[in-house]
This record gives sequence, structure tokens and C-alpha cells, in this order.
Amino acid sequence: MRASVVPVLTVVGCIFVLWYAAAVWLNAPWAYDKATRSGEVLTFGRVVEDTWSQEKPKLPAPHQVGAEIWKTTVEKKITSKRSLIYHSWITLSATLLGFALGTALGILLAVGIVFNRTMDMSVMPWVIASQTIPILAIAPMIIVVLNAVGISGLLPKAMISMYLSFFPVVVGMVKGLRSPDQMQLDQMRTWHASGSQMFWKLRLPASMPYLFTSLKIGMAASLVGAIVGELPTGAVAGLGARLLAGSYYGQTIQIWSALIMAAALAAALVGIIGFVQRVTLRRMGMA
Amino acid sequence: MSVIAAKDLDLTFQTNDGPVDALKGVTLDIDAGDFVSFIGPSGCGKTTFLRVMADLEQPTGGQITVNGVSPEDARKNRAYGYVFQAAGLYPWRTIGGNIRLPLEIMGISKAEQAERVARVLELVELAGFEKKFPWQLSGGMQQRASIARALSFDADILLMDEPFGALDEIVRDHLNEQLLKLWARTEKTIAFVTHSIPEAVYLSTKIVVMSPRPGRITDVIDSPLPKERPLDIRDTPAFLEVAHRVREGLRAGHLDE
Repeated sequence: MRASVVPVLTVVGCIFVLWYAAAVWLNAPWAYDKATRSGEVLTFGRVVEDTWSQEKPKLPAPHQVGAEIWKTTVEKKITSKRSLIYHSWITLSATLLGFALGTALGILLAVGIVFNRTMDMSVMPWVIASQTIPILAIAPMIIVVLNAVGISGLLPKAMISMYLSFFPVVVGMVKGLRSPDQMQLDQMRTWHASGSQMFWKLRLPASMPYLFTSLKIGMAASLVGAIVGELPTGAVAGLGARLLAGSYYGQTIQIWSALIMAAALAAALVGIIGFVQRVTLRRMGMA
Repeated sequence: MSVIAAKDLDLTFQTNDGPVDALKGVTLDIDAGDFVSFIGPSGCGKTTFLRVMADLEQPTGGQITVNGVSPEDARKNRAYGYVFQAAGLYPWRTIGGNIRLPLEIMGISKAEQAERVARVLELVELAGFEKKFPWQLSGGMQQRASIARALSFDADILLMDEPFGALDEIVRDHLNEQLLKLWARTEKTIAFVTHSIPEAVYLSTKIVVMSPRPGRITDVIDSPLPKERPLDIRDTPAFLEVAHRVREGLRAGHLDE
């Protein structure tokens, strides 16, 4: 643990240095423009100061994003439409529902594919084809179609999350359920085990390491799906809405704070799965 | 009555390079309480023959009965325990849990499960390791646990496919000695595949020498060695004589080609 602190801090430090430098580089033209119009002559120090404190910079400096996050989380009531916590919760709820649906669908399909040859031949190509369609193209369709049949709010977004997150679960679980080798299957046969005993006592436990790896990818994909699902709804609420509204009005600081929030959310969710994975596999004697 | 009776057994695998005769005209009787070793170069069909007995492969010709019934019925009656080359313990189950696995599958009551696990662990000298996970045990101990698992449901027949093949010589000697004691105590019928001549001669009451292309039996040797066999019996003239005959049989199989 302690051994990783120094390298991690070094990398974070490098990122901050690059970020501040890039902010100067990208925002300087605007600073010079303003100065030319008002007839001022800028020293280098004034340029740096200006590029790190513009209202609508091309690239906001880290401390501006930090201040915006602080303002919109700690200093706003959670129920406020301007609270980032409120928007994060909207996105999080769709993410979690979509993740749960996607995981369930993924496991169900994987079981079908492993146990049924017809499903293996017919479903797997569709599963793969489903992921070749750009999600940005299909997301508005899902929203529109579901709206037409009177379903709106959380569920359409969760459907898009599900659409993205079931895929890694199917692929991982098919591999996991097939991971027992021929000898282990023969062994079960010598005991005259039934199909369901083979599933519950051998295939399912053997697939656990694969499942957790898939869940991590699925969770990240699910968050992306929820954010994408918020874009075509007219930017009502959620991190996706903050991103879209920010880009409408050139509020780059708002966009970046929403981005950082989404990244933190993803890291936390994947971290939770990683923790559950460690505890589960250790209790199973597999880690 | 013989426990395993094979008559004119054929098994031909269809491969991309054409048909391969894994077994051709194999006829053999194994009596109750026999310890039979199958020895021969790879491709001679010794493992295939064992797998036919276990209903893991289907013969393409001839007849075979196990305990007087077809191998399929014998398997469904749980007439045999099968020990594979690798221990094949489930990493997510403790040693006790692994031995319990076939008992759970066979629907044996919890109380009896516990009693049987304790008994077979005693039998393979692994008492006290019930709560350990497989990775905490050495390779030899894992293989002993897998033998305990094959013994746990009290089948009369033990089929062993090179169970000690992956272990080093010293561990192997020790396990061979233990296996003989176990066989003497349980009076099971054991079919044992190996490619080690000393192992086959040391363990068996009957040595079946096989040869490849097509897989067939070239010699069946009834061992004159006494049932009581300390490890140093391997230096006696009687032992060396049997070993010599096995070696001759293996060589003759090769000269045919």
C-alpha cells in the first residue's frame, strides 16, 4: 500500500503540471485578444493569471473545476437542480438499474448459450452484432420508442445501460461456465451427476472469477450508457444533461466538473465490485 | 465371477487422418480383489480401456460387463471410483468439501457424509486436513485426497489412470506402499494404468502388457509375488524376473511394427 503512494502521487503531480501548462497554451489566444482590444500590453505573469481564471476557458484549470465541484456539491442543497449530487444520483440510479438488468440478462443468456447448442449457434452472433451498432445512434430510438408506449423516466435510460452492460457479462460468463476442463466433466459423469448438479456444483463456482471481471467492465459500460441515455431526453437531469447543457452554453467548467464526477462515480462503483470480488473469492479459497 | 469381463473389444476413433484402432480384439477377465496394472507405451489403449470400463468411451465392437452389467449401468449404480491423472480437486472447496462432493451428488445424508469423510481421510492418512484448501497441500497429498474422494462412496472397484504419473519418485514410492496397504484393508478390485515397470510389478497381482497400432493386449502376467510386499521386495530375484518379462513383452510389441 505505502509503496504505491509515491508513484501514484508522482503521476498525479505530472498530470496537474501538464494540465496547467495546457490551460495556459489553450486559453492564451483569448487573453491576448482581450488585451489587444483594450490596448493593453500583457506581461507573461498576467497571461498566466488570466488563462487560469477565465469564465469560459477552452480548458479550465484544475482549481476552477475543483471550486465548481465544491460549489455544486457541498454548498448546494441535494434537492437543488444545480446540485451535482442530485444529478449524480439521477445518473447513478439509472446506472444501477441498468447494471442489474444487464447482469441478469447476461447471465441468463450465457447459461442458455452454454447448455443449448441451438442458442449457442443462433444467439451469440446477435449478441456480438448488437455491440457493433453505435450506442449514440440507437439510444434516441430506444427513448423515442419507449416514450411512445408510455414508458419514460428511469427505465429507458436503464435499458440503454443494460444494452451496454449485458455484453461483457455474456462473454465472460460463457467463458467462465465453459472453464471446467474435460477431466472435471468426466469426473462428474463417473458420479452420475445430473445436469443441474453439474451447473450448481461445478460450472457456476468455476465461473466466479470470470463473472467479477465482467461485472467491472459492465459497470463502467453501464455508467456510459446512462449518461448517453440522458442526452436525447432534452437534458432534463443527470450528469449527461449537465454535459449537454454545459456545451450548449459554453460552460466548460461545468462540463469538466460533470466529467470528473462521472469518473469518480465509475471508479467508486468498480472499486466496490473489486472489494466484493476480493471478499467472495477469498471466502471461496480462490484468492 | 469376474468383476470386469471384456470379450473381443474394439474401439475405433474416427479422426481427420482416418480411423485409429485404439483397441482391437481385447479380451480380459478381472476377478474380485485383483490388483491389475495396465502397462504399455502411449497410444496402446490402456487409458482408453479404462475409460471404456468407466463408460467414458463407447466401444465400437465386442462385449464388456462391469459387475455383471453394462458399463453404463455400472456407472449409474456408482459401482466404481475413478482416480484421474491430476487430482482435480475444486479450488473453492476444502479437502473435506471435495470428498463430500460425490456424496452430495449421490444424496447421502449430512450425518453420514461427515462420518464417511472422516473415515476415508483416515484411510489415506490425511486426518486433520479436512478444513484445508487444496492449494495448502502438496501434490502427493492432493492425489491422496482425490483417492479418498474416489473411496468415499464405497464402490467395490477402483479405476486409476496414472494417478502418480505427475509425482516425483520418492513420493510415488510412498504412495505405492500406502496404496497396497489400502487395497489389503479394503479388498477392492483395482485397475491401475501406468507406464512405470517397477510400479506395475510392485503393485499388481496381474500385469497386462499392451502395445499400440492397433491397441491390443500382448501379454498377461500373473504375479508370483506374495501379497505382503515391503518396498525392498523390488531387489529380489522374483521381482526382477517379473520385471524382465514385462520388459520383454513391451519390446516384443515394438518389434511388430
